[in-house]
Amino acid sequence: MAAKIVVKDLSFSYNHQRVLSAVNLMVEADSILGIMGPAKSGKTTLLRIFNRLCDLIPHVRIEGEVFLDGENILRPGLNVDRLRKRVGMVFDKPVPLPRSIFENLAYGPRLHGIKDKKRLEELVERSLRLAQLWDEVKDRLNESAMKLSGGQQQRLCIARTLAMEPEVILLDEPTYGLDPISTLKIEQTLQSLKESYTIVLVSNNTWQVARTTDNVAFLFMGELIEYGSTHEIFTVPKDKRTDDYISGRFG
Amino acid sequence: MLQRIVKAQLWSLTGFTIGILFFIIFFISIKGLPQITLEFLTSNPVDMGRSGGIFSTIVCTLYLIFVSLMIAMPLGVGAAIYLTEYTRESRLTHIIRFGTECLAGIPSIIMGLFGFAFFVMALGLGWSILSGGMTMSIMLLPTIIRTTEESIKAVPYELREVSFSLGVTRWQTVTKVVLPSALPGIVTGIVLGIARCIEETAVIIFTVGSSLRLPESFFDSGRTMAVHFYILAREGISMPNAYGTAAILILSILFINLSAYYLARQFLKKIC
Repeated sequence: MAAKIVVKDLSFSYNHQRVLSAVNLMVEADSILGIMGPAKSGKTTLLRIFNRLCDLIPHVRIEGEVFLDGENILRPGLNVDRLRKRVGMVFDKPVPLPRSIFENLAYGPRLHGIKDKKRLEELVERSLRLAQLWDEVKDRLNESAMKLSGGQQQRLCIARTLAMEPEVILLDEPTYGLDPISTLKIEQTLQSLKESYTIVLVSNNTWQVARTTDNVAFLFMGELIEYGSTHEIFTVPKDKRTDDYISGRFG
Repeated sequence: MLQRIVKAQLWSLTGFTIGILFFIIFFISIKGLPQITLEFLTSNPVDMGRSGGIFSTIVCTLYLIFVSLMIAMPLGVGAAIYLTEYTRESRLTHIIRFGTECLAGIPSIIMGLFGFAFFVMALGLGWSILSGGMTMSIMLLPTIIRTTEESIKAVPYELREVSFSLGVTRWQTVTKVVLPSALPGIVTGIVLGIARCIEETAVIIFTVGSSLRLPESFFDSGRTMAVHFYILAREGISMPNAYGTAAILILSILFINLSAYYLARQFLKKIC
């Protein structure tokens, strides 16, 4: 399969503290890569480098290269807003904007120049259908997004990302704090999305990673310990630390 | 038992504070409300204010509020946006903040003198609403910056992250997400500013003057309601008219406060 994102010797430090050291990784197109590892292993940081949201943190040092379709996204002068349109992100906490459901989804596309009302409506419906939320909210698109349940809000956030028509979707523990049914719905959504999107999923839930991903990267203290197909890693892990982690002996 | 005593004490302290407020409003209303007629509001003062109404002072006050806010609002809100969204905490931001705090501490009589020396004399604007508005706007800046900053800081950081992650620029994020959520706080600052313009006297006498004619442009001098009240009472020209003016002053401040909070709440309801 083609590589969508290639990470080369990526190191990241924050206030002179190493968060990631010399990570080499590849994300295949139209597949789900799971990133797992104990707390403070650099998972979220790695994810936030992919859309340069790490720019918001002061006093950081990044070395190495990250290629998206062959283009180094760490190079200075890159148009970060365009990159973020291509690489969408869903956060661990559902954060609806204080607007209506419709306006939450239309917010990004509108500011990227889509003004046509018809086109926006189509985009909103399509995104909500993809995120499997359409049937639940189609009659109340003008109601506040704050009124939705936690699980619905998170699917709204996924739909909001989809409305940007991105190529890559980054998810940072998207089912954190959600009930099992909401979690299941989101996992199903991810399965159906991977046909046309490249997905990177950070999760603390080992079983979720095993269930939903095609490939897995195991990070530990900022180092990439193991990378391979999900099947391989969960059946014959090469490194003892990976084995210990997935069998729940630490982490 | 002790709990009860403390609670009763705290309650009576609160009650006392509220009581003073109501007493003042009551006192001014009793004395002033009977003076207020449509004619009082719509006719100009006659014979130094002994008779006639207060129309020209109302107009002067409104002009002054307009000029002050037109200058102080963009400067103050802009400075607050810069301090919160566009810089990180540094020596420079500390100095700027310290500067605005000091500005807030300057006694109004000194500000009046400064306005007189700089705007009225040095810039040759004379006693005018423009001179007064510019001097007042300097006095309003600290409050507007402070309240705007606080309310911008209270907007959850996650909202900005979401906006950035959608490839939305910082400026668009500020105008579309941050400022709407911070609006109630910004309105508070502006309401305080309006009240300040209405109640201020020392600065106004030095910069706008105390002429009783109806100001026709921002270059004209004039007399605001507060100054009018001060002169009427201080020089014993007409106590009934002084109380009438005072009642209008208090009522308008109450009205502005209530309507501003109502509008802000309606707006919040609409976006949330």
